Amino acid sequence: MNAAVPYQTVVTPASPRIMAERPMKITARGVDVYYGDKHAINQLSIDIPDRAVSAFIGPSGCGKSTFLRAINRMNDTIPSCRVTGDIVIDGDDIYDSKLDVVQLRARVGMVFQKPNPFPKAIYENVAYGPRIHGMAKNKAELDVIVEQSLRKAGLWEEVKDRLAHPGTGLSGGQQQRLCIARAIAVNPEVILMDEPCSALDPIATAKIEELIDELRQNYCIVIVTHSMQQAARVSQLTAFFHLGTLVEYGDTDEMFTAPQEKRTQDYITGRFG
Amino acid sequence: MFLWAIVLAVLMASGAFLAGRRHALALAVAGEARLHSLPSYHGLLLGAAALIGGLALAIVAGLLLGPQSPLTPAAAVLGAVAAAIPLYRRSSVDFRARNAFERVVMLVLLACSAVAVLTTIGIVFSVLFETLVFFRSVSPIEFLFGLHWSPTGTPPSFGFVPLLAGTFLITLIAILVAGPLGLLSAIYMAEYAGSQLRGVLKPLLEILAGIPTVVLGFFAALLVAPLIRGTGESMGLAVASESALAAGLVMGMMIVPLISSLSDDIINAVPQSLRDGSYALGATKSETIRRVVIPAALPGIVSAFMLAISRAVGETMIVVMAAGLAANLTANPLAAVTTITVQIATLLVGDQEFDSPKTLSAFALGFVLFFFTLILNYIALRIVQKYREQYD
Amino acid sequence: MTELRESLIRKRYAAERRFRIYGASALVLTAVFLALLLASIISQAVPAFTEKTVVLDVMIDPAEADPANPAAGNYDGMVKAALKQVLPDARNRAERKALNGLLSSGAGDELRRMVIADPALIGQTVTLPVLLSADATLYLKGLQARVAVSAGAAPVAIAPAEGGEGLILTGPGVSTEPGLSPGQIVMSGSAALRITAVESGTASAEALTPIDASLSALTPGTWKTLSFSAPEADRRTSDLQATWLEQLKDAGRIETGFAWRFFTAGDSREPELAGIRGALVGSLLTVAVALALALPLGVAAAIYLEQFAPKNRLTDLIEVNINNLAAVPSIIFGLLGLAVFLNFFGMPRSAPVVGGLVLALLVLPTIIIASRAALKAVPPSITEAALGVGASHQQAVFHHVLPLALPGIMTGTILGLARAFGETAPLLMIGMVAFIADVPHGFTDAATVLPVQVFLWSDLPELAFKNKTAAAIIVLLAVLFVLNAAAIYLRRRFERRW
Repeated sequence: MNAAVPYQTVVTPASPRIMAERPMKITARGVDVYYGDKHAINQLSIDIPDRAVSAFIGPSGCGKSTFLRAINRMNDTIPSCRVTGDIVIDGDDIYDSKLDVVQLRARVGMVFQKPNPFPKAIYENVAYGPRIHGMAKNKAELDVIVEQSLRKAGLWEEVKDRLAHPGTGLSGGQQQRLCIARAIAVNPEVILMDEPCSALDPIATAKIEELIDELRQNYCIVIVTHSMQQAARVSQLTAFFHLGTLVEYGDTDEMFTAPQEKRTQDYITGRFG
Repeated sequence: MFLWAIVLAVLMASGAFLAGRRHALALAVAGEARLHSLPSYHGLLLGAAALIGGLALAIVAGLLLGPQSPLTPAAAVLGAVAAAIPLYRRSSVDFRARNAFERVVMLVLLACSAVAVLTTIGIVFSVLFETLVFFRSVSPIEFLFGLHWSPTGTPPSFGFVPLLAGTFLITLIAILVAGPLGLLSAIYMAEYAGSQLRGVLKPLLEILAGIPTVVLGFFAALLVAPLIRGTGESMGLAVASESALAAGLVMGMMIVPLISSLSDDIINAVPQSLRDGSYALGATKSETIRRVVIPAALPGIVSAFMLAISRAVGETMIVVMAAGLAANLTANPLAAVTTITVQIATLLVGDQEFDSPKTLSAFALGFVLFFFTLILNYIALRIVQKYREQYD
Repeated sequence: MTELRESLIRKRYAAERRFRIYGASALVLTAVFLALLLASIISQAVPAFTEKTVVLDVMIDPAEADPANPAAGNYDGMVKAALKQVLPDARNRAERKALNGLLSSGAGDELRRMVIADPALIGQTVTLPVLLSADATLYLKGLQARVAVSAGAAPVAIAPAEGGEGLILTGPGVSTEPGLSPGQIVMSGSAALRITAVESGTASAEALTPIDASLSALTPGTWKTLSFSAPEADRRTSDLQATWLEQLKDAGRIETGFAWRFFTAGDSREPELAGIRGALVGSLLTVAVALALALPLGVAAAIYLEQFAPKNRLTDLIEVNINNLAAVPSIIFGLLGLAVFLNFFGMPRSAPVVGGLVLALLVLPTIIIASRAALKAVPPSITEAALGVGASHQQAVFHHVLPLALPGIMTGTILGLARAFGETAPLLMIGMVAFIADVPHGFTDAATVLPVQVFLWSDLPELAFKNKTAAAIIVLLAVLFVLNAAAIYLRRRFERRW
């Protein structure tokens, strides 16, 4: 069990059990994120366990996507962005100057809000990551990785006969599953999902949620979502963000039935956001 | 004389304007009802009618009787009056002068736009016509497939193939220079350079783009060709003083800004989401560019290259000043070759009789050039159109 | 998989570094090319901006000039006579020709202008700077062959050679640094000898100018040597001419002045007299015609296509044509001009009217495309507001949209003009390639334009013309620079971002 750490947030009583059952994958302490002069994330501390789905919820602009992007250092691509504090994954400080960002992003995969398959063949989309990281010694091994990733993403049966077709020719839901397969192909430990279903119809959404449920048995999944119903359906832990601060974090069921903070209560009942 | 016709037409038009406007004002004062259109519009309508009528009749007279005929000014006056009087009669309170005038304006605007079509028709017809006359004395087969080009020789031979080879050689060298330089510059400016650096680099390329080709030709003959010759000879190679390499090199530098700016636009048009997807998988910047961005931008880049080739093929001054007149059929970049444009320029500069096969061959060459660049531009456009929907 | 092979990572980062360097080097190479271009042209151009003159006292002989007709006087003769007075040593016809060759063929022009302005000068002696020939000027600027002048440090004795032909020089000055060598010229006052051979401390020489028999020794400080980097046969200025020029220089008669002539004179076969005035005026007239035609046509077409054209086949056809014409090689427009304007309509060859017509057609697509972009940038809300108060569509466009689009239209037009100013090939086709010495006065006079002038001069072999070509290029680039700067200023100052 991890040592009790001083949270600045309120944790409902049931969560220490969940924390005890699973190892901590991602640990953040005192994280601040600035876009130029704008203070986007304020002194955030959180523990995210492995092999579980943690959901970030909150109104627009509250910083949940920003924090998500800080975990795989995608914020580095934005010149005005500055991150202070510690984010540790499996004991490695990911903002350490000696850390190789390229390797980090292979360990921490990301799926974006709008599906963004490359305008290449389906096979090439999935094979891209393993290729550049040299994960396959020959074509046969690469084929295996591609098939496995597509299977894990629940897409294999639908596309196995048209692997050479462009990825952009698939439907929205299929494209998103392709992006998930692409992320899985590099064998990550963590999968970050930034509102993965907001551009999809309900049936595609249901398929993806089903997929997430399967994936959590092997990966640490963090999902940002606008939909509280989705968070309730899919996650074991939920974190509520408001104006750049982590307001409440704990067991999903507890959070939605008996939130401790008034702000959480107000958001859940729809009083704002 | 024709100038006077124009002047008179303008004067008549001004007079018509004033008369029309005064008439309309008088109508407004006299009658109880308000005018439909402002008096100025009545005047403008009359003025426009007078101008158009006068010019039209003057042009007709000029075509029939010759522009210097003293009847052209008279025709201008006649036309102006004939056009203006009926309209003057029709002036009334209810007369929709403004609408009529606006219809006239619309026709004028349409006519101006049609000038572009007229120009193309003019080019095609004039060049085609002379080409057909040429093919009456020289067979198209001999022209298109002949291996010997010597229009001033006795007997003159009009084989086009050496010109094609020379044009091809120099264009190839130009693209080999400009392609990598232009594309890499575009990539660096779009993906790596900060906005300050971009603010310095973009004007640099624009300056290069703005240098007239006659200046580049002078530079090629002044510095580049002797330099290549000197270097080549010190290495023991035989280099012509007007080598294809010199001309091709300078021409390449000329089209670098074209490729660079077109590629820059295309690369910037690739959505950031594709780059994010690649970075999120742990790719480095160069891997992302090489494996995701450029392949996505490829149709546009190919199109840019085709436009650059078209420009290189049609370029005249650099090759006239730095490449030779020798119609060599060779693949050796150190030899002197000649191109289609050089031959067109040489054959038509000077006082020759217009209808000799020598002069007409230049039009045949011009026709081939026009046709070729047209096709190239069309293909470039179609490529961009066809692949545009890729990531919309 | 949490551990990726270190070597692969290193290789990938190395590839990243290399890629970045490739990109930067491409830009550096381009910049170097541009710098080389400008440097070489500027260095070639600088000599053309100065001219050398010799100050002479010219007697305006009343026998050679008539007050009633001052223009017809033999001013060249007067000037040559004045030069002969200063350098009287020409012994034969060839040498006299060489002496006159020091002066420009137009040397008497300035004098003629003075006398026409004031015929009372006839009979007087006037002191004025007289233009030297191109070769003499190049020599004095050190551009023809490098000349080293060294003062004689040691004494030299001169004696006639046995046999009477030539002279023998002996003495310490022959071998002490810098010493004498064959091909050198030894000058002392108005005497000059050419060294033909040097052997063990003795030099044999021949007299270039008549040597006074009393000249038997040269004391240090009174003589100097001229050494050339190329032998006489390879130079355009002979040893004798070089000597004379040095003597004029020593007498303080050589003056250097700014070559205003370059801007005020028309073309000429003599490099020192050639100027760009004719070409500049021709360019101005031609571009004026092009502007007068292309601007109204272009803006009208843009207005129609952008605001009024219905979506039908005719409009598509027009748009396709405009895009095509924008990409047609410029020489084709020259062919059009030749076949239609010169041949069919019989317009005057090489006139600014025809050149302007051809250039107008050339830049028309550019102006149309730029104007359309400017019109498109004006938000539709403006048009809607105007329509809302009852204006007709045309009124809305002409009273409201067009004025707001004007800065963009002007910018596009100026850039189109800049392009037209630098065009050469199409104008060659319509005959602007003839040698035209007079400055054109009207739109139908034969003329040339500045880029064609550059092209014509670049073909001529004389070094002086190479300098002029480069100088004309500098003027051309300066004009283009001003035009482009004006366009950028307009854009910054007046264009609004909606």
